[in-house]
Amino acid sequence: MTVVTVGIDIGSLATKVVLLKDGTILDYVIERSRHSFKERAKELVDEMLQKQGLVMKDVSSILGTGYGRHSIKDIYGQAPVTEITAHAKGVNYFIPNAKTVIDMGGQDTKVILLGKGGKVLDFQMNDKCAAGTGRFLEVMAKTLDVELDYLGDLDAKSTKEVTISSTCTVFAESEVISLIASGESKPNIIHGLHRAIASRVNGMVRRMGVIPDVVFCGGVAKNQGMVRALEKELSSKIHLPKDPQITGALGSAIIAAERLPPGN
Amino acid sequence: MAADDTNHQMWEKLGIDLAKHDQLLGVLPTIYKQVYVDSQQNRPKGMGFFEFVIGDVHGIRIKELVQAKADGKMIVGTFCLYVPDEIIVALDGVSIGLCGGTNFSNYAIEGVLPTNTCALIKSALGFGFGKICPYYAIADILVGETTCDGKKKAWEVLAKNKAVYVMETPQLKGRTQARTHFIDELKALVKQLEDVSGKRLTAEKLRDAMEKISKKRAQLRRVYETRKANPPPISGKDSLLVSQIAFYDDPDRQIEMVGKLADECEERVGKGEGVVPKDTKRILLSGTPQAVPNWKLHDIVETSGGVIVCEETCTGTRYFESTYELKGDTVDELLERIADRYLGINCACFSPNTARTDDIVRLAREYNVDGVLLYTLSFCDPYQYEAVSLENDLKKAGIKVLSINTDYASEDAGQIKTRVEAFLETLQ
Repeated sequence: MTVVTVGIDIGSLATKVVLLKDGTILDYVIERSRHSFKERAKELVDEMLQKQGLVMKDVSSILGTGYGRHSIKDIYGQAPVTEITAHAKGVNYFIPNAKTVIDMGGQDTKVILLGKGGKVLDFQMNDKCAAGTGRFLEVMAKTLDVELDYLGDLDAKSTKEVTISSTCTVFAESEVISLIASGESKPNIIHGLHRAIASRVNGMVRRMGVIPDVVFCGGVAKNQGMVRALEKELSSKIHLPKDPQITGALGSAIIAAERLPPGN
Repeated sequence: MAADDTNHQMWEKLGIDLAKHDQLLGVLPTIYKQVYVDSQQNRPKGMGFFEFVIGDVHGIRIKELVQAKADGKMIVGTFCLYVPDEIIVALDGVSIGLCGGTNFSNYAIEGVLPTNTCALIKSALGFGFGKICPYYAIADILVGETTCDGKKKAWEVLAKNKAVYVMETPQLKGRTQARTHFIDELKALVKQLEDVSGKRLTAEKLRDAMEKISKKRAQLRRVYETRKANPPPISGKDSLLVSQIAFYDDPDRQIEMVGKLADECEERVGKGEGVVPKDTKRILLSGTPQAVPNWKLHDIVETSGGVIVCEETCTGTRYFESTYELKGDTVDELLERIADRYLGINCACFSPNTARTDDIVRLAREYNVDGVLLYTLSFCDPYQYEAVSLENDLKKAGIKVLSINTDYASEDAGQIKTRVEAFLETLQ
C-alpha cells in the first residue's frame, strides 16, 4: 500500500514543505514564512497537493517541525517534532554516513551528533540571540547592499583576511560599517563575516568532537563561502545534502511515516 | 473592614511601596494560574494548602510575623540554607528565606548592583531596595554568608539599608581547620542572635529546635521518596512549590501539612495513581536554587511531555537530605552536630566539590531518571564551572545530560523549549 506523508518545517524566515511517497521525495517547496505560520503552512500544503493531483485523504499523515511547529498542531492534529530530531532524520536520508550535523537556520544554529539510523545522540544549540545565524547574514548583506544569495560568490573574490571580532548582529554591523568606511572591499568583509561565524560554530562542534562525515544543512548551507569557511575552521570536509534547506521538512515527513501504525 | 484594606494598612506600616507592591501582587496570580492551574491535572488534593499559602503570599504569614514580633520574637531573614534555622528557632525566633525568583524587582537595583550579577541576588536585593517585600521589611536582622562572590559583596550593599550580619562559611570544607572555624562561626552567630533576641541559647532549647527542624526535613524527604515511583504521584512543579514554601512558613505547620501531603502521595503510589501517565520521561534537575516564583524550567519541562522527579538544588535535596543525631548535652556539642550536617551539603561554593557529582549519579539511579538537566543561572560562576565538568562526568557515567543557562526573563523560553523537547526526544 502506498504511504504519502507531508513534512512541514516552519522556520523563522522560511517555510519548507516536503511531500514523501513511499520513501521518495515527490515534491518540495521553500517559501518565505509569513506572519501567520499556520495559514502559510496550510496554503503551501494545499497548493502542493493540488499540483500533484492529490487530495487530503490521499495523505496518511502531516507532521510539523521548526520554530513554528506548535502553531499547526491544531490543524494537522499531532504532536510536532523538534527540528533537531527532524534534521537528523533528513540528513540521514541523504547522507547515511553523517555523524556530525551543523544546521544553520534563520535564528539559531545547532550541532547534532548522529547515531544509527539518524538518531540524535547529543546536540548543542546557541543561546538566546541570533548571533551568527541566517538572520545575522541577512542583516550584514543589507548593510553591505548585496543580495543574500551572492554572499558565497563575493566571498570567493576575497583577497585578504579581515577580522570581524563579533558575531553579535548589532556589534558586527557597526564593525562592518567602519570597515566599509575605511575602504575595505565587500568580498573581504564578507569573508571576514563567514570566518567569524565559522569560529563560533567551531566552539559548539568541539564540545562534541568533529566526527566525520560532517554535514552542513539549513538555509545558510546554500552559501558556498560559509561552507569553505567551515571546512577551513574545522579542518574537515563538509558534505552537503542534495538540498540543504529541506532536511527538516524531509525528516518530519519520514518521522510521520514511521509513526504510522503497522499495516497503514 | 475587608482583608484587602487591613493588608494594605499592615504593608503601609512596614514601609512598603504600595503602588509597586500592588503591581507585583497583580502579576503573581496570573503566572501561578498559568503555570500551576491551567497546565496541570490530577494534582494531589494536599496541594490545596500550598496553593492557598502562595495565593496569599504577603497576607496571612506577614500577619503572623507582625504578631510574633509583638510577642517579642525576633524575625531573621536568610538567603542560604547554610544559615542554620535550628539556631534561630531555638532562640524562639522565626527564620524566613528571602531569595527572589523574579526580575520584577530589577528596577530597584539599577545603579546599585553591577549588571553582570546573577538573577537571584538582583531579585533579592531588588525586593529589599524597592520596598516591595514585607518579609524583608519586617526582619529584625538579615544573616548573610560568605558562599559565592556575588553574595559576599551583596551584603556590603545590603548593609547600607538594613541590619546585616555575615556568617563566614569555609571555602575548603574538607580540612579539619575549616570545621573548627565553622564551629566558631556558629558560636559567633549564636552570640549575635542572642543579642538580637535578648534570649539565651540552652542545650535543651537547641535540641528541641533541632528535633523540630529534623521533623520538617523528614516530611519533605517523604514527599521526595514518593517521586521515585513510576508514575510519580506529584509533579515537579508542585514539589518545588512545597520546598519553596518550607523556607518561610511556620515549621510546625509545615510538619503537619507536608506530612499530610506525603500521606496522600504514599497512598497514590500504593494505588498506582500518577500525576502523569506511566513511563513519562523522568528528569532530574540539578543546579542553582529556584526561589519563588521561578518555576520557568519546571514549567517548560512539564509542558513538553516530561516530568521532573527530583531537584538536586538548594530548593531540593540539598535543603533536607542530610540528617544528624540529636545527641549532645551542651550547646557546643550540639553545634558540632549542626556544623557536620551543614558541611556535608555539597554546594558549588566549595572547592573541591566532587561529592556533588556522586550525589547526582546516586540520585539519578535512585529516582530512575531518563536524563539530567543541569540548570545554571547566568553569572553564577560556581555552578557554571561545575556544569561544564559535570556534563562530561555524567555522560561518561552513561547519563544523558542537557545544560541550560538562563535567568528569570522569558525571552529565551522558546529556544529553551526547543532544546528541552529535543532532549526528551533523544530519550525515547
